[in-house]
Amino acid sequence: MLELIFFSLLNGVVTGLLLFMLASGLTLIFSMMGVLNFAHASFYMLGAYFAYTISIYLGFWVGLIVAPILVGLLGAVVERYGLRYVHRWGHVAELIFTFGLAFLIEEVVQFIWGKDTKAYHEPEILQFPLFTFFGQNFPAYKAFMLVISIGIFILLLLILTRSRVGLIIQAAIHKPNMTAMLGHNVPLVFMGVFGVGCALAGLAGVIAGPALGTFPGMAFVLGSIVFVIVVVGGLGSLTGAFVASLLIGLLQTFAIALDYSVNDLLQLFNISFDADSALRDLWTLSLPQIAPILPYLLLILILIFRPTGLFGNRET
Amino acid sequence: MLEVTDLHAFYGKSHILQGVNFHVGEGEIVSLLGRNGVGRSTTIKAIMGEVPPHGSIKFRGEEISGLKEHEIAHRGLGYVPENRDVFPGMTVRQNLIMGIKDMKKQGRWAMEDMFKMFPNLRERADVDAGVLSGGEQQMLTMCRTLMGDPDLVMIDEPTEGLAPKIVAQVGDLLSEIAKRGVSILLVEQKLAIALRISHRLYVMGHGHMVYEGTPDELKANEQIRKEWLEV
Ligand SMILES: Nc1ncnc2c1ncn2[C@@H]1O[C@H](COP(=O)(O)OP(=O)(O)O)[C@@H](O)[C@H]1O
Ligand SMILES: [Mg+2]
Repeated sequence: MLELIFFSLLNGVVTGLLLFMLASGLTLIFSMMGVLNFAHASFYMLGAYFAYTISIYLGFWVGLIVAPILVGLLGAVVERYGLRYVHRWGHVAELIFTFGLAFLIEEVVQFIWGKDTKAYHEPEILQFPLFTFFGQNFPAYKAFMLVISIGIFILLLLILTRSRVGLIIQAAIHKPNMTAMLGHNVPLVFMGVFGVGCALAGLAGVIAGPALGTFPGMAFVLGSIVFVIVVVGGLGSLTGAFVASLLIGLLQTFAIALDYSVNDLLQLFNISFDADSALRDLWTLSLPQIAPILPYLLLILILIFRPTGLFGNRET
Repeated sequence: MLEVTDLHAFYGKSHILQGVNFHVGEGEIVSLLGRNGVGRSTTIKAIMGEVPPHGSIKFRGEEISGLKEHEIAHRGLGYVPENRDVFPGMTVRQNLIMGIKDMKKQGRWAMEDMFKMFPNLRERADVDAGVLSGGEQQMLTMCRTLMGDPDLVMIDEPTEGLAPKIVAQVGDLLSEIAKRGVSILLVEQKLAIALRISHRLYVMGHGHMVYEGTPDELKANEQIRKEWLEV
């Protein structure tokens, strides 16, 4: 039991921090634009595919650096020549634009790389168990993911709270007019934040690709979870995104690890059921089975009891 | 230094500025007086590009109408808005840092100057600007703009709603700004400070200037004061 909790905790944090790499950019971009960027996870997917192709020719480590930069530049171009142009027609147009972009990127990915899962692997020097605990291995690559995401988290925190650029970003989000009149180029700041947000998503894709698989559906799989996170955390709140990322990361790993069913729960209260009853499927429903929908259950609960999200204060 | 010719501006369909003409010379303190709602704030906003301007706005001989707000600020125009628009979630120090346009350039003002003039701000340097008193917020917005080292600063109703003692402090700061060779365009409703420190004054009626003169001339002109200023 102890090792189960230990590994679930560790895996949950790895997943949570990875999710935060996407959620942080998405929520910052939301604060600026006022709309959710449906294509955000597509940049995550592009990160994985770019890194895969680069790794074939130049190795994993070059891909780790170059792929996020490429994705970031692409994001900046999308903001500068796409979203900024669409912006004049309002939020609905922006939403439709990002929605269309998500489909477009998925189609392009399938066109170039095909529908199958790519053989994008962790580098050989990270293919060993870092340590063994109660007979269970913890892969070095997971530790590497952990180090990268913690590093990014600290960097982001320092930039946003300690640097002048961070101040200007906050100011541009809350009072764009005043910020511009103090001489700061607000559109450039927005383009930069969009680009960096996409680059972070790309980086998440680069390191998640070998662990979670590099396939055309990967944007959709993670994208919907990331949306849940920013809504649960509170739209526009970075703290909320962080807490919700960890929460959902842990929720998912624990649910998969703890193999309990409704039946076990009922037996705890000395209730037994008729094995032939029509509701049999319900009684035998187990936690790992419902793990994938747990985030959405949480979303529904939050929307009912705290519509602004855990840390949100924005009227929606 | 600033030359505004036949300036028009609109909010939706309403024609707010209807041909505004005025100028501010190098090192000059010029006041823009008038009752509420005549378009004084809109005039400044049009100059800063916050409201789209129609007409000619020349700063140091160059046309600036049509430029973006941050470009106009970088030309050397500073703007202190009327509603004490501090960044409430940032500390006093961070607000002042936000005013700096170019970290590499040492301008006329350093943060230390601000703290010397207003010891209150030094004491509360690491306090969120949102919890300052109205007077302190007014000082902070003015100081924040000065940190960007403008050559001409446009200040919108800095004394509105402030206690007499703080109004006097605002007056002192305006004198200090002028002493350092910065031109001032001061928007006011009340006459006291404007008459004391201005070189020239304009009185604005509905969307255009109705009077221009020196403080002494305006003091002598009871008819203009009655018709356009007193409530
Ligand atoms: N954002 C706005 N939208 C529509 N009308 C406005 C807006 N701001 C000001 N006005 C109108 O423009 C006119 C001039 O306003 P303003 O320039 O603020 O006057 P002043 O600063 O001289 O008191 C007023 O009639 C006011 O109602
Ligand atoms: Mg006004």
